[in-house]
Amino acid sequence: MSTDTPSDAESDSPAGSDGESLTEAQLRARIEELEEAVAGLEADDDQQKMTIVATQGSFDMAYPPLILASTAAAFGWDVVVFHTFWGLDILHEEKSQNLQLSAVGNPNMPMPNALAALPGMDRMATRMMEKRIDDNGTATIDELIELSLDQGVELQACQMTIELMEYDEDDFYDDVTVGVGAATALQHMAESDIQLLV
Amino acid sequence: MSEAFDIAETLDVKGASCPMPVVKTKQAIDELAEGEVLEVLATDSGSVSDIDGWAEGTSGVTLLEQVEDGDVYKHYVEKTA
Repeated sequence: MSTDTPSDAESDSPAGSDGESLTEAQLRARIEELEEAVAGLEADDDQQKMTIVATQGSFDMAYPPLILASTAAAFGWDVVVFHTFWGLDILHEEKSQNLQLSAVGNPNMPMPNALAALPGMDRMATRMMEKRIDDNGTATIDELIELSLDQGVELQACQMTIELMEYDEDDFYDDVTVGVGAATALQHMAESDIQLLV
Repeated sequence: MSEAFDIAETLDVKGASCPMPVVKTKQAIDELAEGEVLEVLATDSGSVSDIDGWAEGTSGVTLLEQVEDGDVYKHYVEKTA
């Protein structure tokens, strides 16, 4: 069994380096120390963690990460959503108001691609979906972002993508975390119970 | 059946769909004191399974009862810690 506990080699064994047995007081101290460490591990395990990587910025693909993130926060989980490439537009205050649904190449659209490719079709498909969302009482993207942030979800904006898209750090919703990259995302994924790529 | 307990607060999320019933329930529970009961009124049929699952997976809350009253789903959640 390996241990992450930073301790010297001697304390891993109940016997001292000279082979003599530890005194009862020393053993008791050691037991207390281990009990504390175990309690710490159990406390850590109580807090579920989830990391979502959001890579898509179309109107329909903005929903799943935000719905899962806000719901997970309601469970009391520690949630990070790392937004990269087109997924970054979800956090962009202006662009997030204008995310589009693509009518082309979407087999769920009740129209052939040749028709869907006509100018204005994406906009029309988006408006139709927005109306449905409104009729259904489904939250808007804006509401889900505010709700997630209010509940302590960490929405991260990939720094490389910010620069790639020539966005400004002020373009994003307040409380969005900027200045983070793949290493930060990986670190959160490594600590998470659930990792999703959307 | 139902309402054999004192309701401290009623949350009306009629018309709202997933994830709002669960998220708003969590926010309302946060405002209650230990031992108080929240009544949630929803029209989202998914809220029956969702609030049950949420209560199951969340410490400090107990789902006491779920009642279907016409097209309204009533949920009674106690804050236990």
